[in-house]
Amino acid sequence: MDSSTADSAAVVQDIVAAFPSGRGSLIPILQEIQRRLGYISPESLKTLERLTGISATEAYGVATFYTQFRFTRPGRHRIQVCNGTACHVRGGAQVLEELERRLGISVGETTADGAFSLERVACLGCCALSPVVAVDGKVYAGMTPKKVPVVLREYAGQDGRAARQEA
Amino acid sequence: MERLRERRRQAEARWQELKSGSVFFVGAATCGVAAGAEAVIDRLRRDIERYGLNARVIRAGCLGPCCFEPIVIVRRPGLPECCYGPVDAEAAGKILERHVMGGELCPEWALGVLTAEPWQDIPSFWDHPMMKGQVRRVLANCGMIDPEDPDHYLARGGYAGLERALGMTPEAVIEEVLASGLRGRGGAGFPTGKKWQFARAAEGSPKYLICNADEGDPGAFMNRSLLEGDPHAVLEGMLIAGYAIGATEGYIYCRAEYPLAIRRLETAIAQMREMGLLGERILGTDFSFDLHIKQGAGAFVCGEETALIASIEGSRGMPRPKPPFPAQRGLWGKPTVIQNVETLGNLPLILRNGAAWFAEVGTPQSRGTKTFALAGKVARTGLIEVPLGTPLRQIVMDIGGGMVTGKAPKAAQTGGPSGGCIPAEKFDLPVDYESLGAAGSIMGSGGMIVLDEDSCMVDIARYFLTFTQQESCGKCVPCRIGTRAMLQLLENISKGLGRPEDLEQLEEIAETVKSGSLCGLGQTAPNPVLTTLRYFRHEYEEHIVKGQCAAFACRKLVWYRIDPDRCKGCGVCLRVCPAEAIQGEKGEPHRIIDEKCIHCGSCLTACPPSSAAIYRESGDLKRVEARRQLATTTG
Repeated sequence: MDSSTADSAAVVQDIVAAFPSGRGSLIPILQEIQRRLGYISPESLKTLERLTGISATEAYGVATFYTQFRFTRPGRHRIQVCNGTACHVRGGAQVLEELERRLGISVGETTADGAFSLERVACLGCCALSPVVAVDGKVYAGMTPKKVPVVLREYAGQDGRAARQEA
Repeated sequence: MERLRERRRQAEARWQELKSGSVFFVGAATCGVAAGAEAVIDRLRRDIERYGLNARVIRAGCLGPCCFEPIVIVRRPGLPECCYGPVDAEAAGKILERHVMGGELCPEWALGVLTAEPWQDIPSFWDHPMMKGQVRRVLANCGMIDPEDPDHYLARGGYAGLERALGMTPEAVIEEVLASGLRGRGGAGFPTGKKWQFARAAEGSPKYLICNADEGDPGAFMNRSLLEGDPHAVLEGMLIAGYAIGATEGYIYCRAEYPLAIRRLETAIAQMREMGLLGERILGTDFSFDLHIKQGAGAFVCGEETALIASIEGSRGMPRPKPPFPAQRGLWGKPTVIQNVETLGNLPLILRNGAAWFAEVGTPQSRGTKTFALAGKVARTGLIEVPLGTPLRQIVMDIGGGMVTGKAPKAAQTGGPSGGCIPAEKFDLPVDYESLGAAGSIMGSGGMIVLDEDSCMVDIARYFLTFTQQESCGKCVPCRIGTRAMLQLLENISKGLGRPEDLEQLEEIAETVKSGSLCGLGQTAPNPVLTTLRYFRHEYEEHIVKGQCAAFACRKLVWYRIDPDRCKGCGVCLRVCPAEAIQGEKGEPHRIIDEKCIHCGSCLTACPPSSAAIYRESGDLKRVEARRQLATTTG
């Protein structure tokens, strides 16, 4: 067991301890695991099984039912493209395509450098400002394919600076 | 009870005191923030400090006219309150200088004054074309109060409905709600009071109340706005409903995509605890009630009652057959009532003002008001509240101001993926439960997307079916297989691979899915297909017979062309084309290789306006025929 696995086991243990026992806590626990660790890993499901008695396959079955849960490590910046009706009729699909082209990945994937992951979400509830894209929770209104590189630069720049500072 | 009254007196005093200085209410709901409200708030706070003003900035909820965001309401002693929008940081600075410091209103940003009468040359906000025709009851506080300050809610009559309810018997409360004619605002429109009678009469304890805030229709944001702008109203409604049915525990099932709404609810619940409005023996009565928030994890089907219950119980959110109805056997097998956010938001008003007041507006079958999330191609988008029975035309053309594109409206889509498209020639239809149902659509929870000539109805049907097909839980065959089969047919049609007999087959499958599915998701999933087939069959036929999408929305049917007389050979299109489908020498007219073209339209966007050499066309039979041949030979 490497140190990160041990760390994640400790985190899962913390989380489980904070919720009342019982099946009703399963989804809130999974949500908390994802919030703290970024995604639901096979290891965390095994730890969960050991602590709660809910089998890893059972928990995986529940998690895969809901679109919120991810099973791979997400990028440092999370891009959510709204696929709501208002965004669809105002050209949201073209914005998504431009993002896929610029990042060189398909929806559901993470860029090779781990900087961006791209998701399509049902509706962000900002229909009056459509089409919208959210990056790390910050909502960009009235998006067009032309605005895509501008938005990406905002984050690529940040990331570049952080990398330089680390080096 | 006395404790609450004392608290309200203090709240009213604080509310009056707030009027002694200047106040900026900035619309800072999710939509306002997306439009740039934070920069406005920063600027106002900085300037207030810089000039040492007696003024406050309050983060309010969404006032409704999202198209004018960021919106700022300015209150200053000696002047009428004025609503400004859209306001950026620079405009906010000028408004502060002129309105608050200079004592004059700023007509260039004013949407209107919040008085009934105009003031000088600024009209009343309530006469603004977007506001006229609206009756704001549930949304009355949204944008007008600090949603994180319970005193604002109390000062505007908050918890007076609860106070009255607790002085009545639960049966009398149910009677009052029955008499009001309130029907569920989540979509189906079941009479709220009736649901309560069943739950009250049901054996079993404890009983549960669930607030369904899993607003899953893409294109709907009514519940988000209410929860962000006036959370206490929904929570007071929960207390009233809980008291009436005899519940001791309540859950709010809110989608995780609404982080601000969840935060506001958590804050409000803590405040209720502090005011003695939650827990044992509320306000000294025998009524005990507690509340929990459950975050939805992203599954549209969880809007269905039994699926929602399965999800709270920690399982996959799959529906089960009814009966037994949740009112008899619901959460953990106990009697459970599930109400939509807006239904709950109406309850404090009914209890405070009486059933007769509630029934003053609306139609005999559909009483009261309904909120709608007006979006799509309409000029003025936002959250609106109108009496039930308001004609669709008034909503689209007067409140919505017609099309943003200046083109003719084509249809209005109500009820999201479960609803249908109402064509423009039927816009005289009154918006109530029965009329929309007769037109093949549903009221739904209040999403209203307006479409114009640039919207393709085949594409809209395909869009909604893609959604319902993905969200089908897979439990019952008609929904699981039927939605997939319909989607396949629609995809073929949108690619120019459709056959004339496909339309009849679509209708046949749609009827099977409608009658054979287990839950509401499947039973309503064919509505977008059936209504578009009913009102816009010619568009389907154009796609199939002519290979034409007149709206240029079905991209496989759109061909890009370069006008050799206009093309200067600048090479911009050639560089942006991701498929290397454009050829040509520098300075010479370029051309597009159709076989390589992926129909993305990048060239059209990139072509400089000075040349405007690229255009698009649809209905190229030869090309479509070739594709059809290819599809048949390759299977």
